[in-house]
Amino acid sequence: MAGSIPASATASPAAPRKRVTPWQEAWRRFRKHRLAVVSAVILALLILAVLIGPLIWAVPIDEIDFTARLQGPSWEHPLGTDDLGQDILARVLYGGRISLAVGFAAMAVAVVVGTFVGAVAGMAGGRLDAALMWLTDLFLSLPELPLLLLIIYLFRDALTGIVGPEMGVFILIVTVIGGFRWMPVARLVRAQFFSLREKEFVEAARALGASRPRLVLRHILPNALGPVIVAATIDVAAAIIAESTLSFLGLGFPPDIPTWGRILFDAKDNLDFAPHWAIFPGLAIFLTVLSINFVGDGLRDALDPRRVK
Amino acid sequence: MTQYLIRRLLIAIPSLLGISVVLFTVLALAPGDPFEELATNPAIPPEVRANLRASLGIDDPIWQRYFSWLFAMLRGEWGYSFVSRINVDQLILQRLPVTLVVIGASQVVALAIALPVGVYAATRPYSVFDQIANTLAFVGFSLPTFFTGLLFILLFSIYLDWLPFVYRTELSETGWRWWWEQLRQSIMPVMVLGLFQGAAWTRFVRSAVLDVIRLDHVTTARAKGLPESRVTLRHVVRNALIPVVTLVALQMPIVFGGAIVTEQIFRVPGVGSLLISAILANDTPVIMAVTFVFAGLVIFFNLLADILYGWLDPRISYR
Repeated sequence: MAGSIPASATASPAAPRKRVTPWQEAWRRFRKHRLAVVSAVILALLILAVLIGPLIWAVPIDEIDFTARLQGPSWEHPLGTDDLGQDILARVLYGGRISLAVGFAAMAVAVVVGTFVGAVAGMAGGRLDAALMWLTDLFLSLPELPLLLLIIYLFRDALTGIVGPEMGVFILIVTVIGGFRWMPVARLVRAQFFSLREKEFVEAARALGASRPRLVLRHILPNALGPVIVAATIDVAAAIIAESTLSFLGLGFPPDIPTWGRILFDAKDNLDFAPHWAIFPGLAIFLTVLSINFVGDGLRDALDPRRVK
Repeated sequence: MTQYLIRRLLIAIPSLLGISVVLFTVLALAPGDPFEELATNPAIPPEVRANLRASLGIDDPIWQRYFSWLFAMLRGEWGYSFVSRINVDQLILQRLPVTLVVIGASQVVALAIALPVGVYAATRPYSVFDQIANTLAFVGFSLPTFFTGLLFILLFSIYLDWLPFVYRTELSETGWRWWWEQLRQSIMPVMVLGLFQGAAWTRFVRSAVLDVIRLDHVTTARAKGLPESRVTLRHVVRNALIPVVTLVALQMPIVFGGAIVTEQIFRVPGVGSLLISAILANDTPVIMAVTFVFAGLVIFFNLLADILYGWLDPRISYR
């Protein structure tokens, strides 16, 4: 059978087992993927570091010190300083909060919109389904980055006028990145709905008089969640990259908010005499995205029902 | 096949129209009035302003404005750049070839990596080679293009001093020397994009080949006594490429995003860096036109993928 080979090379096959709940089962399969477990630990450490790091390493992110400009790593400044003598460790920790928050919030937007569109299309079928899928395909062929740049260029001033520069850009970036990433989730959910709604257990629930919302929320959606969780994980990584790209182009958050991409943007013209300035935030992005991708791969092995071994 | 082609072309038209609607809506919803400056200028009487607005059709209903904008775009009246004072279409035509060459070359690099590595890994699943290739692929597409670009500059331009990190349009060299310099300055942008795409495609190719390799027709081909290389190339790879083509076409928007970033890092004078400089200079006609060109290119490559699809899987073109 074509489906008998797991997609990931780094997972090893499972041994025979006794009766366990689905989540225990998923956890057991996830553990088999060693790189995914290591990545989950690294990711947890990274999240912990950006959450409590600024409390422990209580150096202000905007303390200007011209006597310590462009210094390499030292005990006083573990990751060195930038051209204004600001501490890069403090800035990377603070920027990590923003980058991770954008990643998770944009993922939430994408998953909610995608699940809604996919569920409506999958339950309705017919014309509505065709129209929604046409919309999905249209969004899939939109050039994401140019449109992101266009929308941020057009709307930034108006929104920052209403809710302040930080919140305004945050809302804008999260909505727009999420708004360009819901399509894969919608397709997945629709496909799952199509197969699940014909299953006997759904038929049985319908025969018992379950209402349509109850059918969707209690019976179909929970069973469609596995692939959605996997797609959501990958979306976090993609959203972090998208936000960093915007900031790297100088068009994301305002200059006084040091997101990882923004630090790289500031560092890129000083590469020849202060490489540490670019390398540490870059490594932070890379490590975060890599560990999220590996966790996603592990979750795929753990949650995808087609891969039951 | 001709019929299939025509059908595909007809499907592409609504997509282009849809994209134009999205673009126009974004622009129409955007706050800010182009006549704001005139409104606060006391030297211009209100009736002159009203006449001007009426003559430009600003107060028309939105659908009417959409159609006049659309027809102007179709007639090739793309307006002119506020900054460089030349027509937008000329500006884009100047920049487009560089972008297309960089993107094209990087796709060739990506394919040259992804096809052999992906196929070889899939024919030996869970071998050491497969595991290493898989891990490297993960590393490859987790490295954002802007970071790889900076690392390349750091390594090859600053420490080793092998390659120039600024792309020059006007090379003073002639003849072979010109080609050599051109190669030297293009290699980093092309490799940055190519490696990123190659890493993602390797995984596509691998999983597609794995799906095909266990099918009955492959077993039959082996049973007939065909050499393994022929089985792989003729019976497995061609069939495995069908889903890969779709996935590659879906990746095109990401490719263009990567092209914008690499052009910005290496200062390649392409459409992407034109977009960034236009945004920084508030040059709205150029921004609109470049976004539209990118959208058109994505549709074009989707069309190309459909044609390839029809060639790889003849059943599709008869449907």
